[in-house]
Amino acid sequence: MTHITRRAVLGAAVGTAASGLAPRTVFANPTSYELKPFSVADGIWMIEGSRDYFSRENGGAIVNCALIDTDIGILIVDSGPSKKYGEALLDVARGLNGRGAAGVMITHHHPDHFLGNQVFADNLIYALPETRALAASEGDGFADNMYRLLGDWMRGTEPLPPNKDITSSFLTIGGRKLKTLPLAGHTGADLAILDEKTGTLIAGDLAFLDRAPTTPHADLAMWRDALTDMSQQQSSSIIPGHGPIDRTGTSLTQTRAYLDWLEATLKRSAGEGLDMVEIMDLPIPEEFSGMGSMPQEFYRSVAHLYPDIERTVMPLSQ
Amino acid sequence: MRLTVGFLSAFLATQAVALDDPKVPLDDPLKSGMWSYHQINILGDPAKIRFDDRVVVKAPAVAEDSFNVPVLVDATALEDVTQMVFLVDYGPIPKILTYWPEQSEPKISFRFKIDQATPVRAAVQTSDGMWHVGSTVIDAAGGGCTAPAVAYAADDWEEHLGKVHGQVWPENGRLRMIVDHPMDTGLADGIPIFIIEDLTVSTPGAKSPLARLRLYEPVNEDPAFTLYFDKATLGTEISVTGRDNNGNEIDAIIRAAASQ
Repeated sequence: MTHITRRAVLGAAVGTAASGLAPRTVFANPTSYELKPFSVADGIWMIEGSRDYFSRENGGAIVNCALIDTDIGILIVDSGPSKKYGEALLDVARGLNGRGAAGVMITHHHPDHFLGNQVFADNLIYALPETRALAASEGDGFADNMYRLLGDWMRGTEPLPPNKDITSSFLTIGGRKLKTLPLAGHTGADLAILDEKTGTLIAGDLAFLDRAPTTPHADLAMWRDALTDMSQQQSSSIIPGHGPIDRTGTSLTQTRAYLDWLEATLKRSAGEGLDMVEIMDLPIPEEFSGMGSMPQEFYRSVAHLYPDIERTVMPLSQ
Repeated sequence: MRLTVGFLSAFLATQAVALDDPKVPLDDPLKSGMWSYHQINILGDPAKIRFDDRVVVKAPAVAEDSFNVPVLVDATALEDVTQMVFLVDYGPIPKILTYWPEQSEPKISFRFKIDQATPVRAAVQTSDGMWHVGSTVIDAAGGGCTAPAVAYAADDWEEHLGKVHGQVWPENGRLRMIVDHPMDTGLADGIPIFIIEDLTVSTPGAKSPLARLRLYEPVNEDPAFTLYFDKATLGTEISVTGRDNNGNEIDAIIRAAASQ
């Protein structure tokens, strides 16, 4: 009964907003995630996120999650943007394996990848040590911004940092052996995971496919090194952090090509004395302009990277 | 007695109107609650003022980095611009920057710290006294004005104080400069105001400046400007001088690439 009453009230509020001037409906989200796992290898499923930026339409479900079958349940890689998403993810895991969640691995500390953690508070939540530290120090700020962007989708979400450090190169969970690659470049600590059984490489946000890479904490040189490292793994397919399953390695080459273009564009702009707003007006090459979340991600990257790049390019006056 | 009271209340009513309403009431295209207040208090309630599409304010719709929000203002469609005032409707310190273009184009790029989603305004005065106002809106997570400067994370910030990264492109009529300075707003706990106040750009040896700027607290840390000129205006060496509110001097020569 409470639910009906609440919906009636929200409906009234929406009606008022629609008839008045306010263009943005603050209360009118459908608040359930439709997570559809599909099999990408023997005992590995992927949930593919939207290639758009965070919005009240997609509820922040822009991330790819992987689910790995083990003898003790499903190991979940990345827990999504909100508590509600984490709950939906747990439902999916239970549907795939009656034992439910065997544990969680977090590839890096960005909010779309770990804010579902609190649903798995009783499980081991594995991550690189620096990821745990960054999630602890930046989690509250991320959550504030996600509430601002997503509204009611975030209800009840509180950031919970990972609780188990990954310190070895291999982990065996429920009989399934995983190689853990401690990389960096997209953030200060990025975990890639190679499933020994199927050769599936879960790349986190070190690899994007047909969706523009994001750079708020990027170190482009380290990111390129990480791409090289991943390309040398014996992988059969790659689950990128955002975008479709990659059977050919395109996510690695495309991500590298984008980062190269981005850095070259910003360096050239600094050499010409352009301001950020002028750079945002530059044409984007066709191979990148059709990526998901373009041109917004390009605009964001200009803001993230340009101040440092132009200081190194422009001479210091005496 | 009744007459006096009547007169007094009439007087108070008149005063109330005079205090609230600007001399020239404008129809703000953004319908902001703060515009008329700033029209009176920042622009001095001018007798000649209008919103004008010829003043173009360009900025990203969303501030990705609250400490570094880029804005480009272009008023080159107007003749005889004498000064350009930049401000936000919503923020603890609304006034950002005043630019006197002098011998430059009435066009400038800068960055500022944003504290919340807000309209951003450029009020451009022409020599006939008329103010022309352009606007845009920037959404933001905010907090840019009330956090300490990033510089203090490094212990050598004092060595960089007032240093200028810059270059002149005489053939393109373009000058870009970044002046190292914490630009403390005074709003972060325990950190007093510490800002560059004045910058002057001139041809070395020339009497009248090429352009002048007055900075206020919201200008970003390590202020970054692009200034625009006619092609014949800039030589290969341009002087930048200025001063912060603690009396530190800024004095640098910015060069074209060929003469480096």
